[in-house]
Amino acid sequence: MRYLPHTDTDRSDMLAAIGAGAIDDLFTGVPAEKMLKDPVNLPRRKSELEVARILGGLAAKNIPASTVPFFVGAGAYKHHVPATVDHLIQRSEFLTSYTPYQPEIAQGTLQYLFEFQTQVATLTGMDVANASMYDGSTACGEAVLMAHRVTKRNKAILSGGLHPHYAEVVETLSHMANDRVTRLPADVKAAEDIVPLIDSDTSCVVVQTPDFFGNLRNLKAIADACHAKGALLIAVFTEVVSLGLITPPGAMGADIVVGEGQSIGNALNFGGPYVGLFATKSQYVRQMPGRLCGETVDAEGRRGFVLTLSTREQHIRRDKATSNICTNSGLCSLAFTVHMTLLGSEGLSRLARINHANAIKLADMLAGVKGVDVLNPSFFNEFTVKLNKPAAPVVEKLAAKKILAGVPVSRLWPDAGLDDHLILASTEVNTDDDRAALVAALKEVL
Amino acid sequence: MLNRQGRPSQAGDSGLHSIKTFTGNRALEQVEPLLFEIGRLEATGVDLDEPAAFTPRLGGLVRKDGIGLPGLSEPETMRHFVRLSQKNYAIDTGIFPLGSCTMKHNPRLNEAMARLPGFADIHPLQPQSTVQGALDLIAQLKDWLKELTGMPDVDMTPKAGAHGELSGMMAIKAAIIAKGEAATRTVVLVPESAHGTNPATAALIGFTVKPVPARENGLVHVDDVKALLGPDIAAIMLTNPNTCGLFEKDIVAIADAVHAAGAFFYCDGANFNAIVGKVRPGDLGVDAMHINLHKTFSTPHGGGGPGAGPVVLSDRLAAFAPLPLLEKNGNSFALCESEKTAEARGAHPYGRITAFQGQMGMFVRAFAYMLSHGADGMRQASEDAVLNANYIRAGLRDLMSQPFGDKPCMHEALFDDQWLKETGVTTLDFAKAMIDEGFHPMTMYFPLVVHGAMLIEPTESESKASLDLFVAALRDLAMAAKAGDTERFTQAPRLAPRRRLDETLAARKPVLKWVPPTPLSEAAE
Repeated sequence: MRYLPHTDTDRSDMLAAIGAGAIDDLFTGVPAEKMLKDPVNLPRRKSELEVARILGGLAAKNIPASTVPFFVGAGAYKHHVPATVDHLIQRSEFLTSYTPYQPEIAQGTLQYLFEFQTQVATLTGMDVANASMYDGSTACGEAVLMAHRVTKRNKAILSGGLHPHYAEVVETLSHMANDRVTRLPADVKAAEDIVPLIDSDTSCVVVQTPDFFGNLRNLKAIADACHAKGALLIAVFTEVVSLGLITPPGAMGADIVVGEGQSIGNALNFGGPYVGLFATKSQYVRQMPGRLCGETVDAEGRRGFVLTLSTREQHIRRDKATSNICTNSGLCSLAFTVHMTLLGSEGLSRLARINHANAIKLADMLAGVKGVDVLNPSFFNEFTVKLNKPAAPVVEKLAAKKILAGVPVSRLWPDAGLDDHLILASTEVNTDDDRAALVAALKEVL
Repeated sequence: MLNRQGRPSQAGDSGLHSIKTFTGNRALEQVEPLLFEIGRLEATGVDLDEPAAFTPRLGGLVRKDGIGLPGLSEPETMRHFVRLSQKNYAIDTGIFPLGSCTMKHNPRLNEAMARLPGFADIHPLQPQSTVQGALDLIAQLKDWLKELTGMPDVDMTPKAGAHGELSGMMAIKAAIIAKGEAATRTVVLVPESAHGTNPATAALIGFTVKPVPARENGLVHVDDVKALLGPDIAAIMLTNPNTCGLFEKDIVAIADAVHAAGAFFYCDGANFNAIVGKVRPGDLGVDAMHINLHKTFSTPHGGGGPGAGPVVLSDRLAAFAPLPLLEKNGNSFALCESEKTAEARGAHPYGRITAFQGQMGMFVRAFAYMLSHGADGMRQASEDAVLNANYIRAGLRDLMSQPFGDKPCMHEALFDDQWLKETGVTTLDFAKAMIDEGFHPMTMYFPLVVHGAMLIEPTESESKASLDLFVAALRDLAMAAKAGDTERFTQAPRLAPRRRLDETLAARKPVLKWVPPTPLSEAAE
């Protein structure tokens, strides 16, 4: 077996050095009657070539985003990732290292985590960010738990513009932890009035912008209302590229900002791995979940970085920890940081403008199609349309024509009465030809 | 055999350190500033054309201030991150014997497979008719995990081991709620030697944690569990093989007692790599167990993540698995994504633990690993992992002390610091001296129940020659510690990119992001 260095001679020499007659002499701690007599019922080993054939065959049954006109968003987005990013994250020293528990020989990881934290905090307009969460949805769940710790209350209010999966993650956690949660109905046009619901029992209000339906939301009034009642505002985003063009949540009074970082540096990956972004104000840093990297000096006074404030974490505090998280999204946060470094402010704001311009073009073209109503008062790079028939079969018909047209709202929100609603995203990867193909195909099926 | 004369002497070390260079660089070791210190606000490493003029539809929420993030050109970016990488130790550099962390070889075939556009470039919400190959792969991976563990079902959604614990414990809580016992079954038993994630997970969903003692042999005794069982106990969370590197020999009796008391048995599967193909958790009475694909099945740790933590479930828990559920109908696959459709199929999902359907990128890598090894290779890998740990144990047992006596271990060898008494050297010092010898240290001070613990997990990836050098170096260090050469330890590391870092300062005055130096105009005021 190509991954196992020992020869049979090595094995018998080593057993002799240990003083064991056979390998199973080392398994004497296992109840003998529970040891498997026969190998498990699975195929025997395969060569690289054989494995590549099998997996290549499975991969060939899927339609990759880059091979078709592609308008699918709703929480994950197709962007171009520079080749440099994937090269760098495959450097052995990054790919095959562990959590930097020995900082003297992990300064590479620690420094990029410090850079990542700085980028996330700056981009969101917040004081501090952690060294990543699993993804946006779990970061959202953790933010609600953190708000409960900060406010010593346990009621969360979820906007009807919050991504349904994110809302379900919060609902599940709340149900299991006996916390309270109020989830507002689907709010397609960002018309809900959340302020009157905020009372002195409210721990936090969770609002997404750009929201699930693509609308932009001004958080200022909600932030003020939260603060008047001693509650926290948690701002959520699923499209981090939007922050290149829109007012960051920190500038609108958010107390915790969480979001999905996949768009920068990371592939679609059918849903994971992604990278959860988590930022907050300085005064709440000791209530944050997850790892934090901090600056310090070494014994010779040279600048260096370490994991810090770990008394919040499970390996020290155990059942009193701020979270149970251990493994995070280290390598995905490196991809984020490398891509963000390549972009810089200049590249990010231009990328955001291209996305917005492409979405405007698409919206205007779709508005001219009979049977399509563009619903959004505002949007960044995705928006919702109402069709003259249920959206799911339309999407299937377009998929058969090799056009991936978007996400039917009914797939995530089956009982909202929005079966004819479709969410479409347009990023820098879409060409005029893509848009023309979508419009032509839609005209055929509507 | 390595001896001290064959290595750089201490005098040589300080000599190296006293050499000053103009740049601060030391040949291949480059000083690398933060990217913010070398970047410029107008610099970029991407070529993007400004779009044609348009009227924004941003509802008046246009960003007013600059973003404030410096950029770098592509060559500068490449150099910055390559230089950073060179300050890291990695498995590809050498043995990485972190106990409980399982740092084994990461095959590059797996990286190539995960990057096939048919896996990496598909969206979690594109029509299911266009991702049948991806769903097929997940279904096959589930089948392999079920066969390897002897368990009837798997929840594939958790993003990492601790997330898997959370999902498994939520399934247990859902089962308890379904039985109408939520008000009474509020306590979870957790041995003191457990990973910190176990008590943290139980507490996160409202359970009270009660510790279970371990006996002097490092094992949990069934009588101690029985003494704690009662109508208030929801579950026990037991790691097996445990964090002392030992197989819990009472595990079947413990499972029986837990079930007889109406409670559930959660097994922490972080150490499953020791027993793959040898013993099946399903034969031991386990109700739920997460599998760290990034440990047992070699998806890269990536400096802290990402991982993946599928949870195998017993018949008692399978119906409570979270959304989405994967269904096979003939030759086609479908995701059941709503509670209503799940209920119609007789399932009672406890909810949802993450957006979408899990860590596909890790699934591809883990499946490539499994296909490559096959049933025979995975069994051999477990045996070699156990062989290697015992080889290290045998090589060091006359110099270093074992807390639970001289007996075979599973995949990791545990030592305490009894043997360092009165040397003036601590476990931490010893670990730091290993760095100067070119090794990543072992896990230190864990498990917490062992004083000054040193937990060494070599994995099956190490050759005999690699283990021989490692053992020889540790023997040399051990003898030096006993001989009173404390400086070699208390001053270590001397040869790493950094000496010991001031962690107290970092925690007392946290600096968690780069702040631009005060602009000259402001400084002058």
